[in-house]
Amino acid sequence: MLRVEHLQVGDLPPLTFEVADGECLAVEGPSGAGKSRLLRAIADLEPAHGQVFLDGAERNEMPAPQWRTHVRYSGAEPAWWTDTARPLFPTAARVDRLLGSVALDATVLDRPIAVLSTGERQRLALVRALIDEPKVLLLDEPTTALDPQAAALVEELIRFHVLSGRSAVLVSHDRGQIERVSHARLLLPKAAGGAATGERAA
Amino acid sequence: MSYVPLTPMDLVLAAALLAINAAISWYFRLELERSLTIAAVRMVVQLALVALVLKLVFGQTSPVWTALMGLVMVLAAGVEVASRQHRRIAGWHVLGLSTATLLFVGMTITGLGVGVIIGPDPWYAPRYVLPILGMVLGNTMTAISLVLDTLTETAHRERNAIEARLALGARRYEAMSSVLHVALRTGMMPILNAMATTGIVALPGMMTGQILAGADPIEAAKYQVLIMFLIASATALGSFFGGLAGLLLLTDKRHRLRLDRIVEAR
Repeated sequence: MLRVEHLQVGDLPPLTFEVADGECLAVEGPSGAGKSRLLRAIADLEPAHGQVFLDGAERNEMPAPQWRTHVRYSGAEPAWWTDTARPLFPTAARVDRLLGSVALDATVLDRPIAVLSTGERQRLALVRALIDEPKVLLLDEPTTALDPQAAALVEELIRFHVLSGRSAVLVSHDRGQIERVSHARLLLPKAAGGAATGERAA
Repeated sequence: MSYVPLTPMDLVLAAALLAINAAISWYFRLELERSLTIAAVRMVVQLALVALVLKLVFGQTSPVWTALMGLVMVLAAGVEVASRQHRRIAGWHVLGLSTATLLFVGMTITGLGVGVIIGPDPWYAPRYVLPILGMVLGNTMTAISLVLDTLTETAHRERNAIEARLALGARRYEAMSSVLHVALRTGMMPILNAMATTGIVALPGMMTGQILAGADPIEAAKYQVLIMFLIASATALGSFFGGLAGLLLLTDKRHRLRLDRIVEAR
């Protein structure tokens, strides 16, 4: 279970909420409300006051790299630093299965990343984030570059991740997607919203 | 050893050559006359002052004065590094770390070069220590500037890739490794080029000076080789420490990329 306590992100009031195992929480709010920053803060990629617990262990109790292997942030603009994706993916049947589940052929790993389409890169990034089976997946707009068919496959993959007893926090502008994938919602107030805390609606 | 001393008139003639530059600048409206004049005047004043100070220090052969002069040079170089960055790391860290690096590198390399290898009597003879320290500091300063500048620029540009690596569980050294490589290569580039082409395109300034002063070219070349080795090792050490310190300043203990510590130069 992921528990966020009094997490202070940007101008937002301190946020407190939980995401149970087997649950996907959607974060909603106007553009610029700090949704991405919230995800980045949970992954400890950005300094933020407050506490975040995973199964009772606070993030500061373990080295940050270890925290991030359990609480995995997948950014809105997937970035790459190698010529092909091959060095980032272990050779395993599991990898081929994951790639197949989002309609990617294993040969995609050996093509130069620069020639892959935006949609291919986005799906590849999701697979990359899932390889080592993180407990919590923090997804920032995971399907913006995808056509409806590919988006449906990605949603299926997220659902599968959650159904296997792990959890996810999803930031998405797609109302339909939020309804299809998430179990609960967190509404972020407007930045200068005063005392109102994040409201959790079922 | 003999050389032809220059009279003040000789220098005035040389300065007249500069007037040709100014004339060209004026004719083509390059608007460089002003900066050209200021730079020329600055150079004359600075060199005259340095010559006076050196004459004084050389006359003393005192370890205290030599050390003091060296310290002033280190501080000046440190300030220069800190002020040259386009995207600066906020606070006094850069000044502190570059001065510390320059002090360490300058002392070790010059100490080894003069004290152990050249071995003048006394070992702290300012005539040897100060010029060599100057060359070591000048090159190390350029190297540290290049390394820090490249490090901050590249980290800024590669932010997404660095954070993606961190998000996948990389430690800060691992996530920044390719950025650090680029920075270190950039820092080492001038000395690598200098070593590879020296003597073919132009004779190094120090060797030219020795030859003009009447030294045997073979002896002058030997000194130049020694100096190049000293400068190259100083540059490597300076780049390494500068790069490592820069990496630590751009990240934190929680292995986060801290671009918020960078401020744009005004």
